[in-house]
Amino acid sequence: MSVLTVHGLNVSAGDAELVRDVSFTIGKGERVGLIGESGSGKSVTASAVMGLLSEELTASGSITLNGKQIVGMPERQLSRLRGRDMSMVFQEPMTALNPAMQVGKQVAEVMSLHRTQPDRRSARAAAVDLLGRVRLPDPQRAAKSYPHQLSGGQRQRVMLAIALANNPSLLICDEPTTALDVTVQAQILDLILANTNDSALLFITHDLAVVATVCERVLVMYNGRIVESGLVRDVFTAPEHRYTRQLLASSDLEATDENGRLRTVSHD
Amino acid sequence: MILGIARRTAIFLVSVLAASIAVFLFMAVLPGDPAQVALGINATPELIARTRAEFGTDRPLTTQYFDWIGGVLTGDFGRSYVTRDLIGPQLADRLGVTLWLVGAAMVIAVVIAVPLGSFAAVRHRKVSGTVISGASQLGVAVPAFLAGILLVQVFAVQWRLLPSGGWTPPNQDFGEFLRGLVLPALALGLVQGAVLTRYVRSAVLDTLREDYLRTARAKGLMPGQALVRHGLRNAAVPVVTVLGLQLTTLLIGAVVVERVFVLPGLGSMLLDAVAARDLLTVQGIVLVLVIAALLVNFLVDLLYTVIDPRLRRS
Ligand SMILES: Nc1ncnc2c1ncn2[C@@H]1O[C@H](COP(=O)(O)OP(=O)(O)O)[C@@H](O)[C@H]1O
Ligand SMILES: [Mg+2]
Repeated sequence: MSVLTVHGLNVSAGDAELVRDVSFTIGKGERVGLIGESGSGKSVTASAVMGLLSEELTASGSITLNGKQIVGMPERQLSRLRGRDMSMVFQEPMTALNPAMQVGKQVAEVMSLHRTQPDRRSARAAAVDLLGRVRLPDPQRAAKSYPHQLSGGQRQRVMLAIALANNPSLLICDEPTTALDVTVQAQILDLILANTNDSALLFITHDLAVVATVCERVLVMYNGRIVESGLVRDVFTAPEHRYTRQLLASSDLEATDENGRLRTVSHD
Repeated sequence: MILGIARRTAIFLVSVLAASIAVFLFMAVLPGDPAQVALGINATPELIARTRAEFGTDRPLTTQYFDWIGGVLTGDFGRSYVTRDLIGPQLADRLGVTLWLVGAAMVIAVVIAVPLGSFAAVRHRKVSGTVISGASQLGVAVPAFLAGILLVQVFAVQWRLLPSGGWTPPNQDFGEFLRGLVLPALALGLVQGAVLTRYVRSAVLDTLREDYLRTARAKGLMPGQALVRHGLRNAAVPVVTVLGLQLTTLLIGAVVVERVFVLPGLGSMLLDAVAARDLLTVQGIVLVLVIAALLVNFLVDLLYTVIDPRLRRS
């Protein structure tokens, strides 16, 4: 059974349809990329999956996480899934953490909240471990620091620690590295790869090179619809949809190298 | 942190010193010789000279200043030029009355404004939120004295539950003191609460839009939980600023309510002293007010650093 199944998802804001008839599945341990130009509906899709659409948006269709229907699920039930069965890393690390709370506490909170650690003390200890796992230098000390004392990359590591804390079956990353510089970007991607072995991963980006590095399958979104999907290798080497071809042409991804493997060109 | 407090304390003390000089000089350059004012236009030059010597206003300004400020430091604000009474004890009594009134009013205001403002923000799209916004808008438009008169009509005249005015010192009869405090504190507190509700609402609305609140929801917190655990503290900074301003302005602004309820507060004392051209008394009251304003600012600054770690510099 797949971890996440989205079927016929529509999201609208009044009369405007932002996401139309979107369907896809992600299995255990599978890493799926969601690409498309800005404004195509990627974040709205992710928010719908998390059940975090803003009030003025309405979703219809079906989203199931481990068989549980997310669309129309009462808030209280949803909140038990969020942070435990599914979690999300957002694009902007600078503003995603509470500026008035030590980051160790912010990591520990997600474990105390879902009682995945027996008490506060062990949640604190587990938080320090997690900060080490996401390769924050001196995790003991990092746990005691406030977000403004950390760099963007370090904050995104903290966000990742929060997202991974309860071993979610689904991790959504919404352009997690877009706001970071290239070297930090690569490190964060490595971390995501290293820590999501049995989770289902939905990885949103508009950077095709990143998709090629991280994902096995890819969904191409255009104007609220998924216009093409398949194995990254197939989609990138033999794009069927006109929009995908444009996307490939305008990216700095160069089809394949002599061995037929995808070749990526880094941004500089 | 400690260094920051020390630095702020030093700034506070220097400001108080500067303020005392400013107040003194301002009163000194005001036209009108205190002796002349006290004696009236028919006084002989000899009598005026004698009175000047008695007041000490014939001495150089620096001597007068140091004499005055030296006294103030020991609680001696000198003798009124008009009544010849000691200013210090009366000032202390009046300040006490006003502090009780304003303190109680601000507690009422906060108790009203924080829950209501937060609720109105969370429900800003819903009817209940709009009703609270509208009600607070209305509350802002009601002058405190009108609220006072209404409260007196209902609770004192109609139902005879509470006294309509007058002051009983707390050490004389605490129960009676509380009964007398209720209506004026409510009159002031309801109106200030209405003002504060609007600030709380907008501060909470701002924090609700913050990314870290979305993070809190993504962790599995319910909307209300997310707001309480992650939002309120961050919303507190602008609210504390407004609280500080309200507190400062109310020390004098409470005078209308003091008048309605016949309370011997600081504002009334200032108005009476100005009317009687009692310059030294005015000077003492103004100094106390300025120090209070500086003190409130100082405390608000300290609170900022407690609330927001970004403002802490080691
Ligand atoms: N709360 C909202 N109300 C109305 N329109 C929205 C809202 N959120 C997003 N949109 C619109 O939906 C479209 C898709 O947005 P989004 O999913 O954020 O795009 P992206 O693919 O860049 O993540 C955009 O046109 C955006 O303006
Ligand atoms: Mg987006």
